[in-house]
Amino acid sequence: MGKTLAEKVWDEHVVRSAEGEPDLLYIDLHLIHEVTSPQAFDGLRLAGRPVRRPDLTLATEDHNVPTVDWDQPIADPVSKTQVDTLRKNAAEFGVRLHPLGDVDQGIVHVVGPQLGLTQPGMTIVCGDSHTSTHGAFGAIAFGIGTSEVEHVLATQTLMQAKPKTMAVTINGSLPAGVTAKDMVLTLITHTGTGGGQGYIVEYRGQAIEELSMEGRMTVCNMSIEWGAKAGMIAPDQTTFDYIAGKPEAPTGADWDAAVAHWKTLVTDADAEFDEEIVLDASTMTPFVTWGTNPGQGVALGGTVPVPADFEDEQDRIAAEKALEYMGLEAGTPMRDVHVDTVFVGSCTNGRIEDLRLAAEIIKGHKVADGTRLLVVPGSVRVRLQAMEEGLDKVFTEAGAEWRGAGCSMCLGMNPDQLAVGERSASTSNRNFEGRQGKGGRTHLVSIPVAAATAVRGTLSSPADLVSAEV
Amino acid sequence: MEKFTSHTGVALPLKRSNVDTDQIIPAVYLKRVTRSGFEDGLFAAWRNDPEFVLNKPEYAGSSVLVAGPDFGTGSSREHAVWALQNYGFKAVISSRFADIFRGNSGKAGLVAAQVDEKVVQRIWDYLDEHPGATVTVDLESRTVKAGEGPDAIVDSFDIDDYTRWRLLEGLDDIGITLGNSESITSFESARPSWKPVTQR
Repeated sequence: MGKTLAEKVWDEHVVRSAEGEPDLLYIDLHLIHEVTSPQAFDGLRLAGRPVRRPDLTLATEDHNVPTVDWDQPIADPVSKTQVDTLRKNAAEFGVRLHPLGDVDQGIVHVVGPQLGLTQPGMTIVCGDSHTSTHGAFGAIAFGIGTSEVEHVLATQTLMQAKPKTMAVTINGSLPAGVTAKDMVLTLITHTGTGGGQGYIVEYRGQAIEELSMEGRMTVCNMSIEWGAKAGMIAPDQTTFDYIAGKPEAPTGADWDAAVAHWKTLVTDADAEFDEEIVLDASTMTPFVTWGTNPGQGVALGGTVPVPADFEDEQDRIAAEKALEYMGLEAGTPMRDVHVDTVFVGSCTNGRIEDLRLAAEIIKGHKVADGTRLLVVPGSVRVRLQAMEEGLDKVFTEAGAEWRGAGCSMCLGMNPDQLAVGERSASTSNRNFEGRQGKGGRTHLVSIPVAAATAVRGTLSSPADLVSAEV
Repeated sequence: MEKFTSHTGVALPLKRSNVDTDQIIPAVYLKRVTRSGFEDGLFAAWRNDPEFVLNKPEYAGSSVLVAGPDFGTGSSREHAVWALQNYGFKAVISSRFADIFRGNSGKAGLVAAQVDEKVVQRIWDYLDEHPGATVTVDLESRTVKAGEGPDAIVDSFDIDDYTRWRLLEGLDDIGITLGNSESITSFESARPSWKPVTQR
């Protein structure tokens, strides 16, 4: 019997395998940031251990940094200590760091691919659950906790039980205006937050093949939101074209050898998945969340659900609690929901293609009175590229705030946060209670919905802008 | 790491599903660079509510958490495990844990005991009748126990063999792996030269 893509990549990285024990898996790339690494470096120091492979390790600052005044010392002393600690650790252990102010600084999952460090067939880990993003290149990539960060620093390996495999086949083509984000939000509402648990998922089918690398990263990014160990997509010409010419991409004979290997990284025709889900992209529409987990979603054209309609008791109780927290009435059309803040950014939707799409929709419009739009590039490189294309002007002329690179409002940790009761339409990945700031209310949306919502002040799609003009 | 064989302690019923890591400890509490002191952020958004179960006097000193399904979903922050441990929890019982949370628990020495959903419900019912009662999580026999006599709840829980062994022995993962450093070196010597590096 043949192997799935996940099995091929996994098997290529097994250092040691023994009955009744997890596999010892080699890690090709370890990404590090300031929040989940200090205690790991402390552990190394206590045990007198070095970083085994600094040359397979890369650090940047993203979660706990401001997106304004980045050339000034960080105002919050506790945050400053955390960032300074990463700088000290990187220097002491010989780890390459792209700090705030550096041209390669940015969200760790934007930086890896743009440097060309993320390549097919690799194993990539980071102390961040959205490491699944890198699976878009045909890598096995997943988030780990701090104890495992220390384990990888010390040994360049991880002990991992081999997960089961699942295929998510998305047939057909996405209709115009419907994006990778809508696709993955639709999927998560279909599966629930635990549906992928224990599986490495391979996304496949026509709609996946038709996605750009940015779109594929958006889909793989949210694998963790339905509980999957990792999400991956078989590399193809789109992948190779994206990597070619990136700073750390192979060149010359190395490039040829790499591509020859990458082309073998497909699921064999006679391979079997442990589970399969099939969806049809052609029926998908702009999709938004109404609740407090990413599985509580509905079509933008739909209404806030009625809790009593949920058959499962836990789902019903969860829906009641979510509506109370979100301050929503059952039956309200989603398009009637007023939004205070629109956030464009994050490792889900903070790449150049996302900013281009947002600018295209915003161009010639103004941000609605009573609504603010925050545009946060995923990295400094994305920011500079956007400015070269004049996208920053489009945003600022519309009345948006154009920020520096970082995780920003995706998580309520740095200065960019929602106030109590403030409602956002956010292109990020989590709508948990308080995720964007204590008491904040989050609707997860795609880039087109975010842009149109900023203009109208209520949850909207670009189609609503056109009809308003006629 | 301390050895874990069996623990009996006051059990806290947390009757919610999908308790994500942002609920266990919000991001704003993740700024410390130590492994201690995270108890202040535990369930921070709910702690202000005097009716929140953790604030009730009968549950003071709780050390076994009994939670709804999909506990620990979301971010990879091990701080969620540390916050529970720093507060005094030794074990969490649920019918389903998020993968990363379960992994982090095993590494940090918190027992994540996975039981059937009906068992969680029976323990919750028992705690409703006996607030402040204790529950036992026995790693040796892989059982959870609550109550006494004929109505006692005794059921098995799932935890993978390897994690159970490590917790029972109190072993450090890194030390075990470094014992295989020859295999790692040999694997490294066979890696293709075109694999990327971050520095030369």
